[in-house]
Amino acid sequence: MRGLLRHPAAIFALALLALLVAAAASAGLVERALGIDAETLDLAAQLAGPSAAHPLGTDEVGRDLLLRLLRGGQVSLAVGLVTALVAAAVGTVVGLAAGYFGGAADALLMRLTDGVIALPLLPLLIILGAVDPAKVGLPPELFHSELASLGRIVVIIALVGWTTVARLVRAATLTVKVQDFVRAAEALGARPLHVMTVHILPNVVSPMIVAATLSIGNIILLESALSFLGLGVQPPMPSWGNMLSSALDQMYTAPALAVWPGVLIFLTVLSFNLLGDGLQDTLDPRGGER
Amino acid sequence: MARHLIHRLIQAALVMLVMSFLVYGLIGLMPGDPVELMAAGSPTMTPADVARLKALYGLDQPLGLRYWHWLTAALSGNLGFSRLSALPVIDTLGPPLANTAALMISSLAAAALAALPAGAVAALRHRRPLDHALNLAAFAAISLPVFWLGLVLIIIFAVDLAWLPASGVETVGGGGLVDRLRHLALPVAALALASFGHYMRYMRAAMIGTLRQDWIRTARAKGLSWAQVVLRHALRNAMIPVVTILALDLGTLFSGVLVTETVFAYPGMGKLIYDAVMGNDYNLALAGLMLATGLTLFGSLLADLLYGVLDPRIHFR
Repeated sequence: MRGLLRHPAAIFALALLALLVAAAASAGLVERALGIDAETLDLAAQLAGPSAAHPLGTDEVGRDLLLRLLRGGQVSLAVGLVTALVAAAVGTVVGLAAGYFGGAADALLMRLTDGVIALPLLPLLIILGAVDPAKVGLPPELFHSELASLGRIVVIIALVGWTTVARLVRAATLTVKVQDFVRAAEALGARPLHVMTVHILPNVVSPMIVAATLSIGNIILLESALSFLGLGVQPPMPSWGNMLSSALDQMYTAPALAVWPGVLIFLTVLSFNLLGDGLQDTLDPRGGER
Repeated sequence: MARHLIHRLIQAALVMLVMSFLVYGLIGLMPGDPVELMAAGSPTMTPADVARLKALYGLDQPLGLRYWHWLTAALSGNLGFSRLSALPVIDTLGPPLANTAALMISSLAAAALAALPAGAVAALRHRRPLDHALNLAAFAAISLPVFWLGLVLIIIFAVDLAWLPASGVETVGGGGLVDRLRHLALPVAALALASFGHYMRYMRAAMIGTLRQDWIRTARAKGLSWAQVVLRHALRNAMIPVVTILALDLGTLFSGVLVTETVFAYPGMGKLIYDAVMGNDYNLALAGLMLATGLTLFGSLLADLLYGVLDPRIHFR
């Protein structure tokens, strides 16, 4: 970890991320300070400029922009992190199995990975986003809660987002599994599951962390694009992506609405990418010289 | 080479087949179905009419059978009717395809023209201030949401400055080549900037790797100037992986195209797919998605072939 200190960009990214997370986490406090919440309509002040009551102004129905940005940040960051975790878990299982078992299992899993990589991602996500849960046989009540609708986004993005982690973990597994300590464990009669989880997994954590960090940025971009297109986070729950889709409708009357959500998506994604790049240099020096 | 090509073509056909089944199944899971939509639109339809229409369109049959009917019809060129335009799907695909091709080719060219020299320069200045600056610019470009970029470009150049049109492919009634180019300018700028970062980083990495090779030192040692080594030897070799990656990236580019076309109301394949999914136009969505998949597969096939053509050392088994 100390190596990371030599990457000023990564340190800057880490500080910026801490700031963004702290800001998003303080949404409740700011709501109490202003005496309103992110969904309170101020019909007397639609599209208002910054004022004491609304530090960043209001949107087209008079909701406080700052509060919506903070609440939207909670949604976008949470979806990004949780999806990256789920995707990394799937990718790790696939990569470990493919790398350790080799042969037909490897061929099958890697063809599957290549297949998913070769798909036109966003068009596919749009179809997945439009799928009616009732037709899959899931009870519709389940999907009316806000948490479930977020879970749905996590699932569909994770479904296509695991490939990078899978490939990197497979590559690392291939080099680890031929080392003596693994051979020794196998000779002592350890079962494959034991070898994979106890001996190999701890040694492939570095590429896993790097790939997961680098994928968060991409996932946040995908979530915001889906929400922008109306298939991700559903209003009235704010997310940076769906705030921009109402900004598109208001671009002639209130171009300023388009500024903040976009800047925040950009800064968040940039931070994760810079951090991932720094981690790659630090944790995975051989793979880092790109 | 020929055997390799045939092998890859068969593989691509298989992926297309699997993908078509997957997409067919998924589209059937979208809310509503065509006949119920029809029934909602005309109050005089009785439940008996609905059942008869469902039987007529084969909607009462199991998924596998319906897919088989669609597949055999599609392979003989019959993609069904589009619900939104009430025209045969095949007749509605031409203009959007041409529009998307224009958008993709110009943004690919613009991005490559800016990114490849920038990447090469960054590699030549490896770990110097210029490299760091270019690298940061690339990271910034990678991290920009393309739809926001489009939105900002519209607000600056179409709303505030009123220099360029905000949407469409041409002024209503047609306006000639210059008019079309003016409509293309903003979407191309957004897409090109979004691709710039990836392309530049590929080029930079390839060039750094190439400049480390022993034969670069040999070329220098036999008396070639640094400029000759870079321009005649290193650049050409570094381009090989980069050109193939550009082809492999066609799928990613298409994802960008979809959002960009939606922001700019640009009537291409991306907007067609989006509108078809949002408007429950099953046949059109299916055809559009299969075309997008075909394009991505074509990209990876092209990458493979280019690799063989550009690097004579590579032999396909």
